[in-house]
Amino acid sequence: MSPALVFLAAEGEKENPLIPPWPELVIGLIAFVIVFGFLAKKLLPNINKVLEERREAIEGGIEKAEAAQTEAQSVLEQYKAQLDEARHEAARLRQEAQEQGATLIAEMRAEGQRQREEIIAAGHTQIEADRKAASSALRQDVGQLATELAGKLVGESLEDHARQSRTIDRFLDELEEKAEASR
Amino acid sequence: MSADPTQVLAFETDCHLFDGCGFPAPGLHSFLFEPLWGDADGNGLYFNKPMLLALIGSIVVVGFFWAAFARPKVVPGKLQMVAEAGYDFVRRGIVYETIGKKEGEKYVPLAVALFFFIWMMNLWSIVPLASFPVTSIIAYPMVLAAIVYITWVSLTFKRHGFVGAFKNFTGYDKSLGPVLPLAMTIEFFSNLLVRPFTHAVRLFANMFAGHTLLLLFTIAAWYMLNGIGIAYSAVSFVMVIVMTAFELFIQAVQAYVFVLLTCTFIQGALAEHH
Repeated sequence: MSPALVFLAAEGEKENPLIPPWPELVIGLIAFVIVFGFLAKKLLPNINKVLEERREAIEGGIEKAEAAQTEAQSVLEQYKAQLDEARHEAARLRQEAQEQGATLIAEMRAEGQRQREEIIAAGHTQIEADRKAASSALRQDVGQLATELAGKLVGESLEDHARQSRTIDRFLDELEEKAEASR
Repeated sequence: MSADPTQVLAFETDCHLFDGCGFPAPGLHSFLFEPLWGDADGNGLYFNKPMLLALIGSIVVVGFFWAAFARPKVVPGKLQMVAEAGYDFVRRGIVYETIGKKEGEKYVPLAVALFFFIWMMNLWSIVPLASFPVTSIIAYPMVLAAIVYITWVSLTFKRHGFVGAFKNFTGYDKSLGPVLPLAMTIEFFSNLLVRPFTHAVRLFANMFAGHTLLLLFTIAAWYMLNGIGIAYSAVSFVMVIVMTAFELFIQAVQAYVFVLLTCTFIQGALAEHH
């Protein structure tokens, strides 16, 4: 029998490795309670608080960045909207100006036309009046001249005014008729 | 005698191959320590090396987290970052995964304390001079398992009332029909009696076996350090290194498993039976 077995036999059941001596149980309990107590009461709450703070710090940072991005996005959209509006406004103004210009030109053209026609009409009237005046003056002058000429040719007998002018008028009318017929 | 518990080291140093003494194999005696203070035989008060390691270990854990979390900063330093990673691993990786964020938050301190306490107790195994996993003494896992047991059993009663808790423990399910009494009996024993036992023993046995293996190769490396045995000694020493690395892994895994099971039990206590 080996010395170890002799020893074991001697120690017997008292040293069964599965039966714990109570002082070791007590010490084991004390040792574990020390660890558990410190960890549960002080150290783990400590670190949990810091982990929470860290998480908040990180999430806060992310939230801030997100807020900044959202704001930048909204500002950009605002700018875009304003730019669009300005473009529309400019286009509208241009359109309006074009329309106004077109109306103005049309109005001026119509006015010019009207004035031209007025002037032409006035000219026509003037010419007609002048022609009439000239024609009557001419008729008188021609009559006079013809009378004078005839008087000189046939003597002083044709001095009767009334007859003279009737004859002349007749003559001139004939001339006119001829002219009308030849036209 | 090679197994005298009064010795300081786990084996005698003057015993080598070919010296005429047998291989001082590790065994149960490797887990017995002569009290540093008091008397173990008189069933009285005493204080031994594992107890000292347990207390120092808890101080180390508390010291570490104190240094990291006593004055925590929003922008963490290196130590705080490491501690936060460990904390987060247990919180998210274990508690939130099993119990869920809402219900689990309450049990995070328990899980974190359990994980780092057990890990530290396991780690003593490969710390020079300490060289002993405190959790390979059944008393320590048992205390922890008992705390967890009380937690989830009382939680079950609180959550479901007496009848509800009984149904929860026995996995009451009408659709089982005639098998129901048998299933309930098995479930009852499995949940209320076997579960805390296996919970403690799983950790204990793993650390016990790991420590025995480490001892075996360490002792062998020393024992064979004579004549032709030196070659074998070298192999054994390499095994010590390999096993130490393996233990480092197992220690973390066992702490993880213990806490994961704790959370699973609590989750089961919270769950509505159907």
